[in-house]
Amino acid sequence: MPSYSYPPMENRRLIGKRITRLDGIQKASGKAKYNSDVRPAGTIHAVGLFSPHAHARVKSVDTSAAEKAPGFAAVTVVAPAGTELNWAGQEIAFLAAQTEEQAREALSLIKVEYEILPHLVREESLSKAGVRGKPAGEQVTGDPDAAFSAAGAVTHEAEYGIPVITHCCLEPHGQTVAWDGAANKIEFWPSTQNVSAVGGDLAKQLELPATSIHVHQDHIGGGFGSKFQSDNWGRESAKLSKMAGGKPVKFYLDRREELTIAGVRPSVFAKIKLAAKPDGEMTAWDSTTWMTGGFGGGGLNADLLPYVFRNVANRRINHTAVSTNNGASRAWRAPNHPQVCYITQAAMEDLAAKLKMDPVDFFLKNLDKTVRADVYKAQITKAADMIAWKTNWKPRGSSTGTVRRGLGLAIGTWGGAGHASQCRATIHPDGTALIEIGSQDLGTGTRTIITQVAAETFGLAMNAITLKLGDNNYPPSGASGGSTTVGGVSASTRKATVNALEKLFAAVAPTLGVPPEQLEAVDSKIQVKGNAAKSLTWKAACAKLGVSPIVETGANDPRNPGGLTTGGVGGCQMADVSVDTETGIVKINKVVAVQDVGMVVNPKTADSQMYGGIIMGICAALMEERVMDEMTGRFLNADMEFYKLAGAGDIGEIEVLMEVTPEHDKRGVIGVGEPSTVPTIAAIANAVTNAIGIRVPVLPLTPKNVLNALHNTSRRFA
Amino acid sequence: MSSKHKPEQELQPTASSGFSRRGFLGTASATAGAVGSGLLEQPADAAPPAGLVGPGEAEISLTINGKPTKVKVEPRTTLLDACRERLEITGAKRVCDRGTCGACTMIVNGKTVYSCTTLAVDSVGKKIETIENLTAGAKPHPIVPAFANNDALQCGYCTPGMVMASKGLLDRTPNPTYEQAKAGLGGNLCRCGTYVGIRKAILEAAKELRASGARKSGGSNA
Repeated sequence: MPSYSYPPMENRRLIGKRITRLDGIQKASGKAKYNSDVRPAGTIHAVGLFSPHAHARVKSVDTSAAEKAPGFAAVTVVAPAGTELNWAGQEIAFLAAQTEEQAREALSLIKVEYEILPHLVREESLSKAGVRGKPAGEQVTGDPDAAFSAAGAVTHEAEYGIPVITHCCLEPHGQTVAWDGAANKIEFWPSTQNVSAVGGDLAKQLELPATSIHVHQDHIGGGFGSKFQSDNWGRESAKLSKMAGGKPVKFYLDRREELTIAGVRPSVFAKIKLAAKPDGEMTAWDSTTWMTGGFGGGGLNADLLPYVFRNVANRRINHTAVSTNNGASRAWRAPNHPQVCYITQAAMEDLAAKLKMDPVDFFLKNLDKTVRADVYKAQITKAADMIAWKTNWKPRGSSTGTVRRGLGLAIGTWGGAGHASQCRATIHPDGTALIEIGSQDLGTGTRTIITQVAAETFGLAMNAITLKLGDNNYPPSGASGGSTTVGGVSASTRKATVNALEKLFAAVAPTLGVPPEQLEAVDSKIQVKGNAAKSLTWKAACAKLGVSPIVETGANDPRNPGGLTTGGVGGCQMADVSVDTETGIVKINKVVAVQDVGMVVNPKTADSQMYGGIIMGICAALMEERVMDEMTGRFLNADMEFYKLAGAGDIGEIEVLMEVTPEHDKRGVIGVGEPSTVPTIAAIANAVTNAIGIRVPVLPLTPKNVLNALHNTSRRFA
Repeated sequence: MSSKHKPEQELQPTASSGFSRRGFLGTASATAGAVGSGLLEQPADAAPPAGLVGPGEAEISLTINGKPTKVKVEPRTTLLDACRERLEITGAKRVCDRGTCGACTMIVNGKTVYSCTTLAVDSVGKKIETIENLTAGAKPHPIVPAFANNDALQCGYCTPGMVMASKGLLDRTPNPTYEQAKAGLGGNLCRCGTYVGIRKAILEAAKELRASGARKSGGSNA
């Protein structure tokens, strides 16, 4: 039985090294082909007709004029007369024509009559939700009422809110798809986080065998949790292709549609009451929260409250999910966590101010209510050093002048254990080495880390490995969600390559005159352990295989990962901001992050994950908000002009520390894409409050919301 | 909040935003095509000028990366769609549809433009440089390896636009300060959060350009 461990830290040539990503030049030179760049010969273009109303019934759909338009190829109606439309943006029809311009013109000739129905698109006022709100049962631990009324208890009660935001993937959702009706075969080029399973999903929608769908994807232009399914537009584009005689159909959502219907992160609004003893010992938590995941969308796991500090002795949780007439939410980088981190740790920071305690001391005092007190203690101490907390932090509101500076902190957690993954390793007699895996590289560096692991095992240079991924003909690997990919593919690749190498050792052992167990693969040679003189070059060793290649597989079983991957990390972030009290503009000076990790395969791409998560948090803290119009029921800022994202000059300086000691390393690989974005929003919001002396209750921290807080005109929402 | 400005704007090293109203109006008409050129003011029944084609597709010739390139477009076809959907020049990306995010950035007559809000027919007779040109020569433009070295990309979809905006910045300002590097990318947005690497990449490429003394020799033809 081979040993499925990674090589010891001190013996690694490639794992753990800052290796430049393999497709960096390809991407930086515009040569990387995304599926939205794929245009097989004969491709025609599809566009969609989407409901302009938040709630309506379709009275009639007339496509006759559209069918006579120049270039028209085919049309499908997905919401015929009688269909109830439940959000603005819900799909009504799809139409294909020779060019996109012709398709748009033909689509404009489709006539739809609607019966407009009443809608609810905003959720911040729970009292207006009525029957649309679905309360979950109350959860109570201990005796919160007694704790709140105990002698000496210091209590704080306030409202907080964090709005719906959208994924805003730069490559919109969509695909090119070609359905050869005669052969009943579909070639499918979707923008997907789920290469191995998205074909089966399309097959199910079309009632075809899964074997009829061939999925291809080299690169994806962002997913963040929103690109797991084949979607209605995938199914309808396939039908249009078949109707058009098998011509490939290219369909991508435009920007308005992308922001409106391709996934959002749920909001959270909260009334929170918490209490502590005068020494800062937190004694009770009581929260009433509500949110929307759209019409039939996802909920919120209120059981996470109070976030991280969940083991508070007395706790009452009430939560209501509100169905609104909006597109459904989808998983968004670290589902639930950034929102519950914000409402919890904003409330805690407010209580610390009331106690006249430094929030660092208050958090440290209450770490016994978390499951990893030692980890957080070390992280908070380290992050405080990095941002010079002792020098720069001043009690809330003590900064004066027009531009006021403040510091804030937050801590978070995530899982990140590897998903189910299978890998196939082939060693050919000519010495070439092939790795096949049905995974995808989201830009996280997956290609690079798989190649590092394989080359490390074989003792080869990375350019001696041929890696193939992005095709559902390769061994299946999980969807890239939950920061599970790096752990899964590293484990399956390690196992497959160890298995293949063991076969190679067996083939060359007679030549080298030792048992296979005494061989090792180093420096592109197979040699007797520690004896470079008794060796064969890799190529000469492979020649011993005769005519048959070695083909071995390896699998990561999440229930039994055997030490190659685990999950469960903590992280601390601190923010240093300046707020202009005349303009309301928040400037990020610096964000520091200390992140708990396992074995880091590639610190360079891992750093980029950390920066990326923090920058996404900066965007969400300062700018991002879906603005729904109560009157029309539409998403007012569904574009990139008014749905704001940070630019290169808006992010301040970012410093990341991932400490990798042997203790961390022996945990195996843990994904870092999601934990990186969890504490950022809360840390920035706490820093702004520290600077201006008053809480901005509902995010984002736009100039308008900051000025309203400063002038005590923040809108109350309950 | 964002310090975005139209990237075709010349960088004003002394001005905090690099943006002036006059400069904006001057460049807006070039970008907006028909809107700024007075075509809309013509009476509908006026005799068409000689050489007018459309409204269907007509063949035009564009000078892309130094090569005359024939392409059939409609009057409403953008420069970006002409390249992506008709010429298989797919480096530039379509993201925001309306000149906000910069993923479609090209360099036209030496200025960075949003090709998604530039008409193909308005680009006739102009020198169009796309990202493909940066690796067309024997040696890539230094901004390309600088992006890779500094891991200035993740999903990579904004990257072609970021690279072209960076190249445009270096053409104008060969020795940018850190602040200028940040401001020079103000017209481009990234969702993965790659700005830390991008800012370093620009400074590294500038250093390399100074070392090689080859300020504007991006590709073989431009």
